[in-house]
Amino acid sequence: MVLKYLIRENTYYDSVTLMIITREVKKIEGVKEVIVGMGTELNKELAGNLNLLASELQKITPNDFFISLDSIDDNIAKKAFAFVDELLSKKKEESEDYQPSTFESALKYMPDANLVLISLPGKYAAREVKNALLNDKHVMLFSDNVALEEEIDLKKLAKQRGLLMMGPDCGTAIINHVALAFANVIRKGPIGIVGASGTGIQEVTVMIDKLGSGISQAIGTGGRDLKAEVGGVMMIEGLKALQNDHLTEVIVLISKPPDKEVARKVLSILKEGEKPSVVYFAGGDPEVIKEYGSIPGLSLEDTAHKAAATAKGIPIEDFTGFTVNGIDKIIKGETKKLKETQRYIRGLYTGGTLCDEAMIILSDLIGDIYSNIPLKPEGKLFDINKSYRHSLIDLGDDEFTRGKPHPMIDPYVRQERILSEAKDKETAIILMDFVLGFGSNPDPAGEMVPYIRKVGEIAAKDGRHICMISSVCGTEEDPQNLIEQEKKLKEEGVIVMPSNAQAVRLAAAIVLSRRKIQ
Amino acid sequence: MTKINELFQEELKIINIGLESFNENLKKQNIKTVQVDWKPPAGGNKKMLSLLDKLK
Amino acid sequence: MIQERIEAANKKVMEIILNGQPTLLDIGIAEEVILGMNKKTILHAGPPIKWEKMSGPLKGAVIGALIYEGLAVDEKEATELAASGEISYDPCHHHNTVGPMAGVVSASMPVWILQNKKYANYSYCTLNEGLGKVLRYGAYSDEVIKRLKWIENLLAPLLKQALKLHGPIDLKTMITQALQMGDEGHNRNRAGTSLLIRELAPYIIQTKFSEKEKIEVLKFIDSNDHFFLNLTMPACKCTMDAAKNIEFSTIVTVMARNGTEFGIRVSGLGDRWFTGPAGIVDGLLFPGYTAEDANPDIGDSVIAETAGIGGFAMAAAPAIVQFVGGTAKDAVNLTLKMYEITAAENNIFKIPALDFRGTPTGIDIRKVVETGILPSINTGIAHKDPGVGQVGAGLVKPPMNCFEDALQAFVEDLETKNLV
Repeated sequence: MVLKYLIRENTYYDSVTLMIITREVKKIEGVKEVIVGMGTELNKELAGNLNLLASELQKITPNDFFISLDSIDDNIAKKAFAFVDELLSKKKEESEDYQPSTFESALKYMPDANLVLISLPGKYAAREVKNALLNDKHVMLFSDNVALEEEIDLKKLAKQRGLLMMGPDCGTAIINHVALAFANVIRKGPIGIVGASGTGIQEVTVMIDKLGSGISQAIGTGGRDLKAEVGGVMMIEGLKALQNDHLTEVIVLISKPPDKEVARKVLSILKEGEKPSVVYFAGGDPEVIKEYGSIPGLSLEDTAHKAAATAKGIPIEDFTGFTVNGIDKIIKGETKKLKETQRYIRGLYTGGTLCDEAMIILSDLIGDIYSNIPLKPEGKLFDINKSYRHSLIDLGDDEFTRGKPHPMIDPYVRQERILSEAKDKETAIILMDFVLGFGSNPDPAGEMVPYIRKVGEIAAKDGRHICMISSVCGTEEDPQNLIEQEKKLKEEGVIVMPSNAQAVRLAAAIVLSRRKIQ
Repeated sequence: MTKINELFQEELKIINIGLESFNENLKKQNIKTVQVDWKPPAGGNKKMLSLLDKLK
Repeated sequence: MIQERIEAANKKVMEIILNGQPTLLDIGIAEEVILGMNKKTILHAGPPIKWEKMSGPLKGAVIGALIYEGLAVDEKEATELAASGEISYDPCHHHNTVGPMAGVVSASMPVWILQNKKYANYSYCTLNEGLGKVLRYGAYSDEVIKRLKWIENLLAPLLKQALKLHGPIDLKTMITQALQMGDEGHNRNRAGTSLLIRELAPYIIQTKFSEKEKIEVLKFIDSNDHFFLNLTMPACKCTMDAAKNIEFSTIVTVMARNGTEFGIRVSGLGDRWFTGPAGIVDGLLFPGYTAEDANPDIGDSVIAETAGIGGFAMAAAPAIVQFVGGTAKDAVNLTLKMYEITAAENNIFKIPALDFRGTPTGIDIRKVVETGILPSINTGIAHKDPGVGQVGAGLVKPPMNCFEDALQAFVEDLETKNLV
């Protein structure tokens, strides 16, 4: 065991770059453990956990870069260090353009900038947002871990100045048909969206595109906007802007159930406008929505259907079924293949709202669902790394992403988890979402294919068949191409459904069908 | 027209502070962007930050 | 509002800097023209330092100077005298003077006399001895002493006469032209030296010295690419000196190193030095030398960067960046970074590669601390042993604590005045 470390003071790299480099270095044969990062408290803690925190490293600051590793010998350590530099300098060489060091100097290079996209560590973000707003620029704030008080103050300032402040924790927006952060390439059309959830916006916009319609704008508000303390400020500013936008004919709102007062405020402003609206408050009461003259969406897919139908001027119906031919045959076929011990659904999700939607649908249809983000406290998994009965896991939640890149970018965590689900004899169905678009992994399906095969092999060893069901949240125009991704999955025997809701309903149908047999 | 509605009529010109991958993706969509080579102000040194704030 | 006072003070400082008119007037003897200079005083580069703390090159230069002045006959005597307490050491900067590398100035040495015509203040610098084993790198052999005597007895008097015949030389204009010919005024001075010799040659010819002597002088200047450095430095010095002591200004007026410490002075903080350890230069070492051979950063030549040239005009001298294994684009980007920490763009020193944008001028300590960007300095590397000479060239940065300490002192000052 050879422990070596390296410190470079005053040398800053962004966390995603360093995490990916850590992962790449770990792949070097002979490297037992490694961490490449900035000297943050978190990274020091992680290093300590790996027994990689030499006393020199304890003194470094968040502005210092370090590598600490445990390898089998000196040569490997040298190789690893050299490799890190190779990866780091590769990035620098590629960027030819001058990168100003501050927002102020960036303004000198682009005085007519109209939007500032901020994805810094949370504690630094508020300062930059304020700067941007005071300079009359709209803001998209991707960062999370921003204090609630800061969010309230900044949104107040934004509203005062008539500016958009999307976030904090805003992962998705599509403004003037430009995908910002994690977003898909969507056809132009008359539907305008304001959403408090990233993957929620992604699934709805993607469905709208699949239905042949399109969007004008998709404004993100961040996950906390509809809490009582924030008061729905940005959702209201956003929907007002859509009410005044001549290219928007139908308005869609997406959120988890908001605070009741906030919900009423938002709905009444919607009512004052003249445009029809479809509202999805995940798991919320549709009656309140109807009371204010809006159309309630029963799922993300249903919301998209209703919005597209409204835009086309055709009658609106609840969509809770399937658009796949021969669905009964599929249900029967899969049910037959399951062994007696196989009873449970295991959902491995990268999109939080998709996981949420799945839980809402499933708990209605088949009963209790366990999770790391359960609908009820009783549903919380004792150990989030071990599924219990029907379990739906949001792999993008904080507990899983501490010190690791998000699963929409890096499939590692899901690759590991799917193997443990495969080994569990009670697993009947594995449910997965694949989110495409800018920001996501360049080949989400391709990354999982070898592991999907391994699942088949593990199960086949004791004569089991595990049913794999997925949906791909993407369009043909996305960099990853929807059709290609679906093809890769289908070739591995995965049942690919046109939406998350349908994938979930299929899983439920198989479970219910099994119960009947038993 | 409100500023938000004005934004809807304009060509997006973006200042990106943070993840370089976001900047790369915007360039792929042919959007004019500037990437800020951001570092924690005063290297995160709280004492220096409070001194600087006193002068603002 | 304190910010407004600071901005106003800085504006004034920048006005003074940008309006400076450094002009070469004459040559004189140190003891006669420099205030506070006497036989037992030795001036040196950088912030104040005691004999015991001096690095190799500086000690060697002191020894050489004592021998040159006739105060000691050999190294042994000179060393004893140097340590005895009889000799006063003082920064060149305390006497309107600057010196490259060890920067040692003693009583009998001839110095260039410059004046900032706009503000009437003076500055001084010795005449550049040449390359290789010279006093400023700590050499003190007979050859060195002989050359110093030759400078005293021939070079200086002849050039003095030539100058008299020519009249004052506008150095600002000459530096501006040099910047557009591949120089940056600190580590690359070939163009400036060429312009100078061209300017003076007709008048050197007209002096009342022998043909042999005139040839010696012309050949001497021609053989030394850095001859012009000893003019760019005092030109920057008298430009910056005029901007001293403007209350509330956060602009750096002096940066200097003595081979052990790096020091800065700030306009709004009077004569106070803020020091930190002199850094090791990151650069290319000449064949046969390794990093172990390098002396820490030394010299007053960083007055160039302080005034907006040298490393701050590196985009004008892409040849230099090869010393750090960079490309021409790197030279440009290094200069662009400096705009982040300076108050203004120079009105006269323009860089063709940046579409004739003025060089970044006027380092603001607030911006250095806030952005974490340190001034980028182009410099030569001295061997740590006295008398060996230059062993390479490259880039170096000051220690951050100089700027942090200055910022703290600045705020404390305002607090005692109840202004924050």
